Amino acid sequence: MSAATTPVLELRDVSKSFGPVVALRSGSLAVGAGSIHALVGENGAGKSTLVKVVAGVYRRDGGEFRLGGQPVDFASTAESKDAGVAVIYQEPTLFPDLSVTENIFMGRMPLGSGRLSGRRIDKGAMHAEATALFQRLGVHIDPRRPALGLSIADQQIIEIAKAISLDARLLIMDEPTAALSGNEVARLFAVARSLRDEGRALVFISHRFDEVFELCDTVTVMRDGSYISTDRVAETTESQIVAKMVGREVGDLFPKTVAEIGEVVLDVQNLETAGEFHGVSFQVRAGEIVGLAGLVGAGRSEIARAVFGVDAYDAGTVTLAGKPVPAHDPRGAIRAGMAFVPEDRRQQGLVIQGSVGKNIASVIRSRISKSGLITAGSEYAAARPWADRLEVKTNALDMKAATMSGGNQQKVVIAKWLATNPKLLIIDEPTRGIDVGTKAEVHRLLSELAGQGLAILMISSELPEVLGMADRVLVVREGQITADIARDDATPENVMAAATRSSEKAS
Amino acid sequence: MATTDALEPATTRRGYPSYSRNVVQRLLLNREAAVIAALVVVYVYSLVSVDFFDGPLTTYNILKEYSPILLMALPMTLIIITGEIDLSVASTLGVSAAFCGVLVKEHGVDLTTAMVLTLVLGIVLGAVNGFLVAYVGLPSLAVTIGTLALYRGLAEGLIQTDRIAGFDPKWQDWPTERIGGTNVPQIVIPVAILAVVFFVLLHFTSFGRGVYEIGLSPEAAHFSGVNVARTKFLLFVMSGLIASLAGLYVMLRADSAATDTGIGFELKVIASVLLGGVSIFGGRGALHGVIAGVLLIAVLNSALLLSNQGSEVIQIIIGLLLVASVISSSFLSRFRELLPRRTASTNQVSGQKSRKAPQ
Amino acid sequence: MSTDLLVEPSRQSAGQRALTTFLRSRELSIAIVLVLIVIAATLKRHTFVFSHDGWRDTLLTPSILLLLAVGQMVVIVTRNVDLSVGSVLGITAYATGKIFIANPDTPVVLVFAAGLLIGAVLGAMNGFLVAFFRVPALVVTLGTMYAFRGYLTHQAGSKRIVAGDIPANFEKLGTQQLLTVPVLTLIGLAVLAVVGYYLHTARGGRELYAIGSDPDAAHLYGLNVGRRVFGAFVLSGALAGLAGVFSVARYATAFAGTGRDLELQAVAAVVIGGVAIFGGSGTVWGAAIGAFLLVTINRALPILGISDFWQGAVVGGLIIGAIVLDRVLSLRRAHQLIEARDVTEEEG
Repeated sequence: MSAATTPVLELRDVSKSFGPVVALRSGSLAVGAGSIHALVGENGAGKSTLVKVVAGVYRRDGGEFRLGGQPVDFASTAESKDAGVAVIYQEPTLFPDLSVTENIFMGRMPLGSGRLSGRRIDKGAMHAEATALFQRLGVHIDPRRPALGLSIADQQIIEIAKAISLDARLLIMDEPTAALSGNEVARLFAVARSLRDEGRALVFISHRFDEVFELCDTVTVMRDGSYISTDRVAETTESQIVAKMVGREVGDLFPKTVAEIGEVVLDVQNLETAGEFHGVSFQVRAGEIVGLAGLVGAGRSEIARAVFGVDAYDAGTVTLAGKPVPAHDPRGAIRAGMAFVPEDRRQQGLVIQGSVGKNIASVIRSRISKSGLITAGSEYAAARPWADRLEVKTNALDMKAATMSGGNQQKVVIAKWLATNPKLLIIDEPTRGIDVGTKAEVHRLLSELAGQGLAILMISSELPEVLGMADRVLVVREGQITADIARDDATPENVMAAATRSSEKAS
Repeated sequence: MATTDALEPATTRRGYPSYSRNVVQRLLLNREAAVIAALVVVYVYSLVSVDFFDGPLTTYNILKEYSPILLMALPMTLIIITGEIDLSVASTLGVSAAFCGVLVKEHGVDLTTAMVLTLVLGIVLGAVNGFLVAYVGLPSLAVTIGTLALYRGLAEGLIQTDRIAGFDPKWQDWPTERIGGTNVPQIVIPVAILAVVFFVLLHFTSFGRGVYEIGLSPEAAHFSGVNVARTKFLLFVMSGLIASLAGLYVMLRADSAATDTGIGFELKVIASVLLGGVSIFGGRGALHGVIAGVLLIAVLNSALLLSNQGSEVIQIIIGLLLVASVISSSFLSRFRELLPRRTASTNQVSGQKSRKAPQ
Repeated sequence: MSTDLLVEPSRQSAGQRALTTFLRSRELSIAIVLVLIVIAATLKRHTFVFSHDGWRDTLLTPSILLLLAVGQMVVIVTRNVDLSVGSVLGITAYATGKIFIANPDTPVVLVFAAGLLIGAVLGAMNGFLVAFFRVPALVVTLGTMYAFRGYLTHQAGSKRIVAGDIPANFEKLGTQQLLTVPVLTLIGLAVLAVVGYYLHTARGGRELYAIGSDPDAAHLYGLNVGRRVFGAFVLSGALAGLAGVFSVARYATAFAGTGRDLELQAVAAVVIGGVAIFGGSGTVWGAAIGAFLLVTINRALPILGISDFWQGAVVGGLIIGAIVLDRVLSLRRAHQLIEARDVTEEEG
C-alpha cells in the first residue's frame, strides 16, 4: 500500500487558543488511507478543537497541518470540503425546512447544462443521485421529504450520504453513536468499514471503548490539549488507554454499595401517552437505584419526562410517598419531592449562559427568598455549600455554566437538584459526555445518596453503567416495560434480549 | 485544560468567591453604566451650553412628554428579556383612549367608571396577545404586528369621526399639575411607583429570575419548574394594562382622543428599551438601564429642540444610537473576554446560539 | 446490513406531484380568499372590477406593496427583517421629485435606475451592518428606519413634491396600461417572477432558505452567509427604492411622510402569505398574494358594507388568522412527516 507512506491527514503540534484559554496545546495525529483511526480523550482534552481545525471552523495558531502530504490552511469549512474533508458532528446539523436531497447537496448543488438551464439547479440529477446514495447505504428515506421530523439516526445517515457524495478522502465522525440504538450502530459500522475498504481515511471519536475496539485499527490518545500516544488497537488494552487518557489511576468505576431498601417512594400505575408508551407501571423504593434500560427511542426518556411532568400524559397515575403527583406540572412534582436531571445538559439541565450560583439556586428560590424578595447574595450563599459538596470546579459562583467542562456542568445540575432535598431523583444519562474521572465521582455520589435513603431512577444507554449501579433493572421496549430484573440476575445478555426481543407477547 | 479536569482533594476547594470580577469592574463595565454615563454627560452638557435648558419648563416638559413611553417601557423590558416582543402597545394605548372617550362622550358613563373599564379593556387586549403567544405558541413578532393593526383598527372603528374632546377638568388637570412647588408633574408619582414595582419584580423576585431564565433557555426554565407559559402570559397582560393606563394619561393630557393617538409609540418604546441595554435575543438587560435609555432620548430631544433643531434630528440620533449600541455591545463582550479574571479556566468555547426561536 | 433494500421511488409522476403540491399549498388558500373577496365586492358593485378604473385600480394599487413584500420576503426567509423599507421608499420618492425639479427632461429609465440605485445603497448599509457586524436585523433596521426618515425630514422639511413638479410623461406612466394591465403592475410582476425563479431554482436562492432554516448549520456547511444576507438586504433596499419611484408615478406627490408605516404592512403581507417569520419556509408568490389581499381588502370593505373605519381591525384580524392557520397547518405537517418516517422504518 503506497498510502502507508504518506498519511492522508497529518497534524503536528497544532495549537489553538481563545483569548487566554488554551483549547489545544499540541495536537498531533496521522491517519493513513484505508484505516479507521480512533481519537480518544476525556472531555476538554482538545479532540473537538482538533477536529474543528481540520474542518476549517477554526484556524490554528501554530503547528503543521498536511493533507495528502501537502501543507494546508483552511480559512473556511468550504475550503476543507473542497479538499475532501467531511466531518460528521455529534449533533447532525440539517436544515429542517429543506428537502433531504437539498440537505445533501447544499452549497454545491449540480447545475444544469445548456444555455438556458446553465444557472439553475438540476433537480432531477440531484434527486437521482440522492436515491442512489440511499440505495447504497440500504436505507429507506424519501429524498424529497423535508428533513423536519427525521430521527437522529436518519439524520446521521443523511450526514454520511453527504460525506460519500463529496467523495471525501477523509471522514471524521465526532461521537456519531451517542444517540444511536444497537442496530443503527451496526449499520453505521458496516458503512464505515465499506468506506475504509475503498481506501478512505476515517477518524472516529468515541467515549465507548467497546466500539473503539470493534471498529478501529489505530488509536490516538489526547490529554489536556496534547498528543499522548498512538497504538495499534490490537496491541493495546482498554485499561492502558484509560490510564493514558486520565494520566492517573482511576478507582473503581462503579463503586456500588448495597443500601437498605425502604418504603415505596415512587409508584407509577398504567402510565400512557399515545404513540410513545403504554401500560407503564413500576415502583421505586427508598435507597433503591432502579435502572431504566432499553434502546434509544424505546420510550425511556419519555416515561421519565411524563413522570416528572415536563410532558403531559394521557392516562395513568403517579404517586410520590403516598401522595398523588399532579400531571404536567413540574412545579407540583418538585413540591412533592421529585428531582430530574435531564438528558440534555446544555439545553434542559442548565441555563447554560447563566451563572453557576444562580443555576444551583434556581429550584430553591422560593425557599431562600424572604417575604417574596430574593437577592444575588442569598442565591450565592445558598449555592455555596452545594458547590462545595459536589466539588464543582469553578473560580467563582458568577462564572457562566457554559465555560465549564461537561463533567462540572453535570455536577452543577445534580447540585441544583440535591439542594431541593428530594425524595426521588430521576437521572437521565447521568454520565453522557463526561470524562472518566468525573464519571466515577458521579457514580460514587449516586451510591452514597441511595445509602442515605434517596430513591433513584436512572436511565442509561450504557449497559455497564446500568448493570454496575442499579439494584433492579427495568427494560423498556417499544414503550412498554418488558422485564424487571434484580441486580444479581441481570446480565448483559438478558437485558439486551429484553430490549430487542421481537414482539411475540407484546400487545 | 489541566486545572479543570484534574481531581483535587475537596479541602482545597472551600469557600467559593461569589464574583470573578471586583466590584468596580462589575458596576462600571456594563451597558447600564454606559447608558447612565451617557445620560449624565448629555444632561450636564445641555445645562452648560444649551440656552434655556436650565429653565423651569425643561424638566417639567420632559417628564410630561415621556411618561407614557417610560410607562410602556417597564413591561416591555421584561417581555424583551424573555425573548418576546410587543409591537401592539401603542395601538392598545390608542384604543384605550378611544374607548374611554367614547364611553364618556357618547354613552354618558362617568369618567371614573370609564377609566376603570378602560383598564379592564387593557387587560383583555394584553391577554389576547398573551394567550396567542404563551398558550398557542405563536411568534410574538407576528402576533403583535397583527394586533397592532387590529387594535388600531378598533380605535378607528370606535371613534369614527376624528376627535373626541372635553373631559372632566378635575381629572384632566390632575396628571399635569405640579407636585408642590417643584417642576415635576403629578403623573410622575404613579410612574415612579410602577418603576419601583417593576424594578423589584424583575431584579428581586423569583418571578424576575424566571423571566431571565426564559430568555436564556426556555427549555431549561421549564425543566426547573418555571411556568414559562404563565410568565409570558402575565407579562403581556401587564403590558396591556400599562399601555391602557398610558392611554388614559395621554387622553387626559391632550383632553382628546383621536384615531392616531400614540401612533408610532411602539417603536419609540422598543428603541428606548434596546438602547437601555436589553438584548433583543432575551436574557440580559436591567430596568435602570432602560429608564436611563428613555431619559437619554428625552433629554436629547429637549436639548435639540431648544437649540432650534427640528424633531428629525432626534430621529437620526435615535437611529444612530440604536445601531451603535448593538455594534458596541458585540465589541464590548469581546473586549470583556480579554480582561483578567481570577485565573481563567475555560476549556470550552460555547457557541452561543443567536437564534431567537427554534422552529 | 441488507443490501437488497431499495429506496421507494415516488409512485407519483412529476405532473401529479406538482398538482398535489399546488392543491395543498398555502398560497392557493390565500389566493382563494383574495378571489372570493373580489367576487363578493364585484357582485355588490360591478364597477369594482368591471369598469376601466376599477379594473385598473384592482391591479395597480397593490403594485407598490407588492415590491416591498417581495423584498421583505427575501430578507425574512433568511431569518432577518427589514423595517427600514418605508423610509427608503420615502427617500427615493422625494429624490425622484428632486431629480425632475432639477431637470424635467430626465429620461424615465434613468429615474428608475436612480431609484433602484439609491435604494440599493441604503439597503447595502443595512446589509453591511447586519452581515458583517453580526448584529440583529430588527434593531439595526429599526435604527436605520429612524435615521433614514430623519434624514428625509431634514431634507424635505415641510416641502412637498407636487404634480406640477412631475413631467407629464412620467405621471402618465403611473396609470398607463398595456393590454389593459397597468405598466407598473407589469414591472412589479416581472420582478416577482425573476425573484421567484431565482429563489426556486438557483443555488443562491436555496442557500437563502438554508440560512433562515438554521443559521448555525449554514456556517458549518461553508455557505457564505454574510454575502447572501448582504445580498438580501441590497435587494430589499433596491425594491423599496423602485417602489418609491412607483409611488411618485402613481400619486404624483412626495413629502417627508411618504411611505411611513409601510414597513409593517410589508411584513404583514409576507406573514399573511404564509412565510414563516423566523425564516426557512414560504414562497415569494405567497408574499405577493398577501400584498394583493391586504390592499384589495381595504378597497373592498366599504363596498361590502363594512365602514372603512373598521378596515384596520379586519386587516389585523386577517393577520392573526393567517398566523393561527399557519400554526395549525405546520403542526399537521410535522405530524404527517413523523408518521411517514415511522412507516418507512417499519418497512425497513
